[in-house]
Amino acid sequence: MSTVALETHSITKTYKSDLGVIQAVDDVSFQVRAGEFVALVGPSGSGKTTMLSILAALLSPTAGQIWLDGQDLSKLNEAQRVRLRRDKIGFTFQANNLVPYLSALENVELMLRLNNRMDKAGHLRAQELLARLGLGERMRNLPSQMSGGQQQRVAIARALIHNPSLVLADEPTASLDTERAFQVVKTFASLIHENQRAGIMVTHDLRMVEFVDRVLQMRDGKLVKTYTTRNEILDLARGNHHKAHPLDHGV
Amino acid sequence: MQRFLLPFYLALKEMWRNKGRFLLVSLVIALITLLVLFVAALGEGLGNGNREYLAKLNADLLVYQAKSDLLISASRIPRSQLGNLRRVAGVADVGSIATSNVTLILPLGAASLKVSMIGVEPGRPGEPRVVAGRQLTTLEAKDALVDRNVMLRTHIQLGDTLTMRVTQGTSDQFYTLRVVGITDSQQYSLVPSIFVPYFTWDRVRPKSEAEVTSPSQVFNIAALKLANPADADTVRQHIEAEVLNTQVVTIPKAIEAVPGYTAQQNTIQTQGVFTLLIGVLVIGGFFQIQVLQKVAQIGVLKAIGTSNPIVAAASVVQIILTTVLGVGIGGLGALLLSLSFPPTVPIVFNGQSSAVAVAALLLIGPIGGLVSIRYAVRIEPLRALGL
Repeated sequence: MSTVALETHSITKTYKSDLGVIQAVDDVSFQVRAGEFVALVGPSGSGKTTMLSILAALLSPTAGQIWLDGQDLSKLNEAQRVRLRRDKIGFTFQANNLVPYLSALENVELMLRLNNRMDKAGHLRAQELLARLGLGERMRNLPSQMSGGQQQRVAIARALIHNPSLVLADEPTASLDTERAFQVVKTFASLIHENQRAGIMVTHDLRMVEFVDRVLQMRDGKLVKTYTTRNEILDLARGNHHKAHPLDHGV
Repeated sequence: MQRFLLPFYLALKEMWRNKGRFLLVSLVIALITLLVLFVAALGEGLGNGNREYLAKLNADLLVYQAKSDLLISASRIPRSQLGNLRRVAGVADVGSIATSNVTLILPLGAASLKVSMIGVEPGRPGEPRVVAGRQLTTLEAKDALVDRNVMLRTHIQLGDTLTMRVTQGTSDQFYTLRVVGITDSQQYSLVPSIFVPYFTWDRVRPKSEAEVTSPSQVFNIAALKLANPADADTVRQHIEAEVLNTQVVTIPKAIEAVPGYTAQQNTIQTQGVFTLLIGVLVIGGFFQIQVLQKVAQIGVLKAIGTSNPIVAAASVVQIILTTVLGVGIGGLGALLLSLSFPPTVPIVFNGQSSAVAVAALLLIGPIGGLVSIRYAVRIEPLRALGL
């Protein structure tokens, strides 16, 4: 049995606005093990992106604790958060993922440079990872010279190159066509499993959960359901899950 | 170490892959540099044209007629006072200086040239050092020293004869002088100078009807060399007390009193400062727009663990490199362009004023970019998530 990489306990995030107090995340607790790929799904406004921001140490929770590799994130100052993001977290975003003036290879190597780990071995590993993702011929290309799917794959390589404990993906398939979206998520899942990293993917596209090990469903800031068996997950991915709330099928 | 070099890596990569954009800003900075350097050089050139002769005087103090408002042309001191000045304790040497404007008649139909004719006493304060030929040797000889600007404008050579036209009383008189020496640039009141012995000056200078028949001799100011320059203030007080109707000032004070000099220098300095301010706004505007275009990108960099010091340092590196490149191109352009100017254009690239201008130009980049750096540092990493 693999170890718990990430654990959240009663995470709550509230915002004050003119309309009163908004509960963006409400008492959410879960664990993710090393080598486990989890999808965080829910309709727009369900709190999944806020949850992802908290897990990425970009936002502090109003209440609750998060432990990553046994380290309590809620007790870190800003400089420690930056260091944590650099050392222990890999990130892919929905858009503007890559640094536009760095080539595919340079974008991947950037994480090694940030971690003072850029050397010949790192350079070779970055090349191997890109080749593994089918980008062997595109390493010297700038992001503007690559398709959306290729850019996402470079972002995946960047998220994994420094062996982080946790890999986070925010709507990685949002700008891709269906075929490319499946390819990207499938590759992502296999690398997560292979490298024994904890992976969390936020998506509104339920078809993409086909490749994950567990699905956490959020609504109105709450964790309302967890899908753990293969059949439940496949049913959800194929739109066959009768008990799902109509709003949970995304936008 | 890698993290220390990361700002340079990011800054250089971005500049290299966006060469056109950064080069364009460098060219704008180059144009501003060109303008600032030319304004500085023009200020130096015009200032030189006004003060050069006084600034290069081999003297410690200048004596004016009292209440002449330190205007050389308005000051008139009887020649009989020279002896009194020499007798004041602490005065090592005294030379009279007398000025008037004359017209040089040039051969071969060339336009005539207005020059300052300055009467000096050979071997005494007031006579400039020659860079070619010899010094003046006698009080009455028809010898003349010419400023190199006269040479450049007229092609007169050492040993040539000068012809001057002056009005004495109501008639024009023509005098000839022989060029025996060339001095370095010695302009006074923005015109080149020729130097003649005092008595020659007194004979050939323009005169009113009354002066033609008057035996009295006057000069405008006296240049004093002191036994000990540190005693300047004491000697000044002694002269003003002992020599009737005189006012004594230092050379910097005399330069400030040259008509229009201070106003001219202030105007040019104001132009320079405003050009620098425009530079600050242009550079600030460019880098601010650039940061605004990169908000999401900077958000991503921060989200993946790039610290604020790295983001700020990368911006600083870009700003400094862009500015240095622009100032370099502009400086080189100014140098090349200045070589094409005729000597009549008062452009002088003085090391000190150019260095001050270049230092100011190098500072405007970082100053202009401060706002954009502050903005970049304040971008939240959450922007990477579109929040």
